[in-house]
Amino acid sequence: MNGINDFTEIQTEAAKNLLYRLADDQLILGHRNSECTGLGPILEEDIAFSSMAQDKLGHSQALYQLLHNMGEKDPDTIAFTRKVNEYKCCHLVEYPIGEYDFSLMRHFLFDMSEAIRFNMLSSSSFEPLAKIARKFKGELKYHTMHAVTWINQLGTGSGESPFRIQKSLDVCFPLALGIFEPSKYEETLISEKIFFGEKALQEKWLEAVIPVLKNAGLVIPDIENVTAAYGGREGIHTEYLKPLIDEMTEVYKIDTGAEW
Amino acid sequence: MNEKNKYKIDENTVREKLQEVMDPEIPKLSVVDLGVITGIQIDDENNVSITMTPTFAGCPAVEYMKNDIVEKLSALKAGVVKVDVNYDVQWNSNMITDRGREMLKESGFALPGKHNGLVQIELLQNVECPFCGSKQTDLRSTFGPTQCRAIHYCNNCLQSFEQFKPV
Ligand SMILES: [Zn+2]
Repeated sequence: MNGINDFTEIQTEAAKNLLYRLADDQLILGHRNSECTGLGPILEEDIAFSSMAQDKLGHSQALYQLLHNMGEKDPDTIAFTRKVNEYKCCHLVEYPIGEYDFSLMRHFLFDMSEAIRFNMLSSSSFEPLAKIARKFKGELKYHTMHAVTWINQLGTGSGESPFRIQKSLDVCFPLALGIFEPSKYEETLISEKIFFGEKALQEKWLEAVIPVLKNAGLVIPDIENVTAAYGGREGIHTEYLKPLIDEMTEVYKIDTGAEW
Repeated sequence: MNEKNKYKIDENTVREKLQEVMDPEIPKLSVVDLGVITGIQIDDENNVSITMTPTFAGCPAVEYMKNDIVEKLSALKAGVVKVDVNYDVQWNSNMITDRGREMLKESGFALPGKHNGLVQIELLQNVECPFCGSKQTDLRSTFGPTQCRAIHYCNNCLQSFEQFKPV
């Protein structure tokens, strides 16, 4: 078991890097999902997306708080006043909400990875992170339950919906592989048992998502011929991130200390 | 020790007082019965530190409850009252007290099924209707108007109802 003060310099650096990736993903996707009002096929879907957005923003805040406890600036400052290339989110979360089937597919692919990730992290040697992970995984259970139900519904539905959800899968799949972009700290994270590593996570994720997608009648993209959308973890982002951050920062500046 | 410090607040007094701090969304349910109070410490100067764990990470009611705890406990002539919100103990719905479950029921909510740490979809199916007691009910959505509620529909009395979610 490790507390914040038990780490060497490189271990601290590795843990912080991991936390920034996790927190930024939550922050950005939380904001995207909160834009989903009026998108769903039924009113309950709007409520679901806004509730899940609230979970994500709550998760980001808990992770930024942990970073703050490790010596970084306070949560609001970290969340809203960094430069775009200092964010470590993956490209998948940056894209605009698009149509419902895109947002749903993104939610499915991303939250399946989150559920596995936080399940793995709940036995992390880094105790403060393990505690947060144990909390998050209970909440994520509801997200994946929700996502699987709707993927199934749209994939096996009549009319255009199976065609459209397949198209969303084809668009989202390379982006989703970008979730697992390895960092230069993988070895440290793995050898210190802080995290089992992005590669191990991707394998488990494929094992989890493929049966659900197949069951919904969807064709799995050929992973050998797909280029993963890397770059986000190193601060290289899509054109969509900057306007979103500008908007978030604007709201933060107008109403510093606002509830988010 | 001077005269003033002879008055000593004990844990039970604090716990009693915390029964007056309510969940803003379910006014009959106190923070104690909700199960979110995970630590009470009182030092020789009657400074009180409370540890609280959120029901959900993004729960907007936490700030309100935090402020209300400080206000209510200050009435005990306590010294400095501090509320630390952290995840050292992770909340789950099994932590709601029996009295809390009673209050939820009185407030018109279906109860979260008890579980062994793993919530399965079965726990959300055929939930007992809080109005008529029927189990002929359907899960409508696992996400209700707040993060902690799910929506169901009763096929017997033909009304929708909310359940406090098992977590
Ligand atoms: Zn009924």
